[in-house]
Amino acid sequence: MTNSIGELEKDADCIFVIGSNTTENHPVIGMKIKKNVLQNGARLIVADPRRTDLAKIADVYLPHLPGSDVALVNGMMNVIISEGLADLDFIAQHTEGFEEMAALVAGYTPEFVAPITGVPAEDIRKAARLYAESGNSVICYAMGLTQHRTGTDNVKSVCNLAMLTGNIGRPGTGVDPLRGQNNVQGACDMGGLPNVFTAYQAVTNDAAREKFEQAWGVSLPSQNGLVLTEVINKAHHGDIKALYVVGENPMMSDPDLEHVGEALEKIDFVVVQDIFLTETAKYADVVLPSVCFAEKDGTFTNTERRVQRVRKAVSAPGEARVDWEILCEVATRMGYPMNYENSEQIFEEIRTLTPSYAGISYQRIENGGIQWPCPNEEHPGTPYLHKEGNFSRGLGAFTAIDYIAPGELPDEKYPLRLTTGRSLFHYHTGTMTRRASALNEHVPTAELEINPEQANALGIADNDLVNVSTRRGRLEMKAKVTDTIAPGVIFTTFHFTETPANLLTSSEFLDPTAKIPEYKVSAAVVEKI
Amino acid sequence: MITLTINGKEVQTPEGSTILEACQQAGIPVPTLCYDPDLRLAGSCRMCLVEIKGRPLYAASCVAPAENGIIVETESPGIVAARKVILELLSARHNFNCQVCEKNGNCKLQDYCYQYGVKESRFNYGEPTNYPINDPNPFFERDYNKCIMCTRCVRACEDITIARAISVDNRGHHAKIATAFDGNLTDSPCVFCGQCVMVCPTGALTSKVSAGLGRSYEVDKVLTTCSYCGTGCTLELNVKNDRVVGVTSNRTETGSPVNKGALCVKGRFGWDFINSPERLTTPLIKENGEFRKASWDEALDLVAKRLGEIKTEFGADSMAVFTSARVTNEENYIAQKFTRAVLGTNNVDHCARL
Ligand code: SF4
Ligand code: SF4
Ligand code: SF4
Repeated sequence: MTNSIGELEKDADCIFVIGSNTTENHPVIGMKIKKNVLQNGARLIVADPRRTDLAKIADVYLPHLPGSDVALVNGMMNVIISEGLADLDFIAQHTEGFEEMAALVAGYTPEFVAPITGVPAEDIRKAARLYAESGNSVICYAMGLTQHRTGTDNVKSVCNLAMLTGNIGRPGTGVDPLRGQNNVQGACDMGGLPNVFTAYQAVTNDAAREKFEQAWGVSLPSQNGLVLTEVINKAHHGDIKALYVVGENPMMSDPDLEHVGEALEKIDFVVVQDIFLTETAKYADVVLPSVCFAEKDGTFTNTERRVQRVRKAVSAPGEARVDWEILCEVATRMGYPMNYENSEQIFEEIRTLTPSYAGISYQRIENGGIQWPCPNEEHPGTPYLHKEGNFSRGLGAFTAIDYIAPGELPDEKYPLRLTTGRSLFHYHTGTMTRRASALNEHVPTAELEINPEQANALGIADNDLVNVSTRRGRLEMKAKVTDTIAPGVIFTTFHFTETPANLLTSSEFLDPTAKIPEYKVSAAVVEKI
Repeated sequence: MITLTINGKEVQTPEGSTILEACQQAGIPVPTLCYDPDLRLAGSCRMCLVEIKGRPLYAASCVAPAENGIIVETESPGIVAARKVILELLSARHNFNCQVCEKNGNCKLQDYCYQYGVKESRFNYGEPTNYPINDPNPFFERDYNKCIMCTRCVRACEDITIARAISVDNRGHHAKIATAFDGNLTDSPCVFCGQCVMVCPTGALTSKVSAGLGRSYEVDKVLTTCSYCGTGCTLELNVKNDRVVGVTSNRTETGSPVNKGALCVKGRFGWDFINSPERLTTPLIKENGEFRKASWDEALDLVAKRLGEIKTEFGADSMAVFTSARVTNEENYIAQKFTRAVLGTNNVDHCARL
C-alpha cells in the first residue's frame, strides 16, 4: 500500500474498490471502509463482477466483466480528461508520459467501453466524476485486479488514474494493494523472489550483488531465477531435479493442478517443510515438520508495510522445528555453516543489508510496529509514500495501455466466465482453516455461485449438485443461486481439497511481466447432475 | 484546563472531559458497565453515578461534563447505596452460575457484587428469565440469562464491525438483545467477528471454541500478529499449560495499532488448528511410496546429500526453492540466502501472485 490502513477509516473522502471483496478477504479493513462510508460520509465506488458487501453500500457499483479492468479504467480516465477534471498542475509538476496516455484513452469513450465491460456508460461517468471530484480519493485493489494475464497493465491503469487526479502523496489518497497473506509483503521485501535480494535490490545489479557476496562470503549467480509457474513448467519438461518447498502448497494454490501434480512427480527430489501433511507434501521425498506462528519468534510485515512482532507463545509439537533452524542445518551440512542464536540475530543481519529496514529493531517495534521505509534509528517510519507527489524515481510515469481480452473467452462449448476467490471463513489452501473446528463446521464445502437467470436457463435450483467443467477438468459441487453475481459469470472458492478449484484454472495465460496466472477468468460450462 | 475536586483531591483535566475521564486520569476507580471508551456513550447502566455537591440528583459520570470548581464524591454513602440497588436489580435477572461460567474471574457484575457486598436481590419479578441457549453458530454462546442489557454488544456491532446484526428487542424487564426477528445469528448479517464477545462485561457472550479450556486468571496472554490475512491485526494468544486455549484482543492504540482490538472470525475463532492432532511431529522419509518416521539427523543428512549430488550432476539451476508468504521475515531471508548462497541459484519464489 502506498498509504495506511487507518486512513481508509478517517482521511479518505472517496474510496474506489476494484477487484477486492474486502469484507471477506481483509475483514478488518472492510470494517474501516464501511465505517467511513456509513458513519463519516465518505463516498464509495465498487467495481466487481460480484455484488459484494461493499458493493451493496456503494454510491456507484460497476459490475464489470472479469478481465475488462483496463477498459473500465480507461473509460473513467476518458471522462475525467474530456470533462476537464484532471489535475493538470500535478501532471505538469510530477509526471511524464501524459500526452501518450491521453491520446490512447481518447478512444475509450464510455459508450465504447460499455459493451466490453458490461457496465452502462452513465455509471462509468458517475464513477469517474465521483473519484475525480472528491477531496482525497484512494484506490484499493486485490487479486481481482492482478490475477489476469493483464495484471500488470491493470495495476498500471489504476496508477494512471491516481496520478491523473493528483491523488498521491497525501493521507487518504494513493493506490493500495491489499495483500492477501499475512506476510506476502515481507516475503517480497526479504527477497523471496527470483530477481531481487532484500528491499528489491536487483540480482543483476553488480553493486547489489557484490554487497551480498561480501556479506555472505560467497559468489552469487547474476541471472534472474525462475518464477513459481516457470519452475512448474520446467519441471514438467524434466528440467527441475530438486524442489525445496517451505510452507507453500502449490498442489492447491497453483493453476491447473493436474499439470502441477505431473510436474511434481517428475522432480527427482522434493523436500516439503510444513506444519501439516499438505496436498503438496504427499509428493515429497522428505517431509520436515515445522512450527506455526504461535510457536516461534520473528516479524511479519503487513499490507501497509508495517513490520510487527510475532511472539512465541507455546512449545513446538513433538520434534517440530523452526523453519530457519531447519534451513540452517541443511546449509551447514552442505558445507556452508549458518548459525544464529535467535530470530533477532537474523533480523540484525537483515537490517545491515536492507536500506528500508535499516532503522527497525526488535526493541523499536516492541510496541506497535514501524512502517518501512525506515532508513535509520531516528526515523519514525513512513505512513504514506510519495509525499507531495515526489516519486522515488523522479517523475511518475503514465503508461498508455490498450485493453486486451482475457486469454480464454467464453465460446459455445464453455459459455461462462469462471472466477475464483476466497470465503470469509477460510484462508488460502485451507491447510489451517479446514483444521480450525469452528470455521470448518460453519463452512465445510465449496459452492458454485450462479446468477438466477443463468440457473433458470440451465434448470438449476439452489443447492442442486452441478458439474462445472473447463478445458482442464471437472468438479462436482453444490450450486448457490444468487443475484449477487453478474449473469455470464460463475464463482467458487479454492480452499477445499475435495473440490480443488485450481483443477479448473489455466496456467496457459500468464501476465508477461508478473507471471501471474489468469485465475480470475476461465471459460467454463455448468451442468445439472 | 479545568480544575475540580474529586474525593477531596484537586484534579486537573482538559476542557471537554467527562467526570469519568477526570477520575480515570487521576487514578480514581469508578465502576462502569455500559461504558466503553471506543463506543458511542449509552449512559444507561447508572453504575458510574457520582455525587456533585450542591446538586439534587446523582450524575452518570460517563456523560456528565467535568466543570470548573465542582466537588465530586465517587463513593459517598448515598452513591454506594444507589449502586447496590442497581446491582440488585441486575442480579434479579442474572443467572449466577459462576462455578461453571467462562467469565468467572473476568466478570464486571461479579466483581462489583463482591466489591459492594451484594449477596442477594431484594427484587423479585416472579419468574427468572429463562431464555433458551441454542444459537447454533459454532463460534460463540449467547446466554441472555446472564445479560445485563448494557448494550455494549449492540454498539460494538454497529460502530466497529458496522454489521448491525443485533439490537435491543422489547422493553423493560423483557428487553433482550436479539437479531431482527429474534432468530439465529446465522440468518442475520452477523459476520461472527466476535466484537460483541470482546466487549461483553458478563458471561452472556463467550467463545465456544475456548469453552472449558481455561479461565482468564489461568492463562498467560502473549501479544502477537494474526497469521491469516495481510491486514496484520494484533491479537493475544491465551496460553494455559503450554497450550493455546483461546484468542483475546488487546484494545490499546500502541498494543494493537492496526485494529485496536477488532478482529475477524478467522483471527478470533480460527486458532485451534494449532492443537490439531494432524500436526507433523517428526521428519518423514518416503520409501517405496510410503512415508516412514525418521530422526532429524537422518532426514537432514539425506536432504543435504541429495541436494549436493543434484547440484554437482545437473547444476544449481536445476534446483528451486519455494519460500512462503506464511512464514516470518527472518525465515524468508534465510530461505533466499540458502537458495542463493548455498544452492547457488536465484530460483526462489513464493505464492505472492497466487
Ligand atoms: S459477531 Fe460481530 S457481527 Fe455478529 S453480532 Fe457480534 S459484533 Fe455483530
Ligand atoms: S450480551 Fe453482554 S454486552 Fe450485550 S447487552 Fe448483554 S451483557 Fe451487555
Ligand atoms: S484478524 Fe482477520 S482481518 Fe485481522 S489479520 Fe487476522 S484474518 Fe486478517
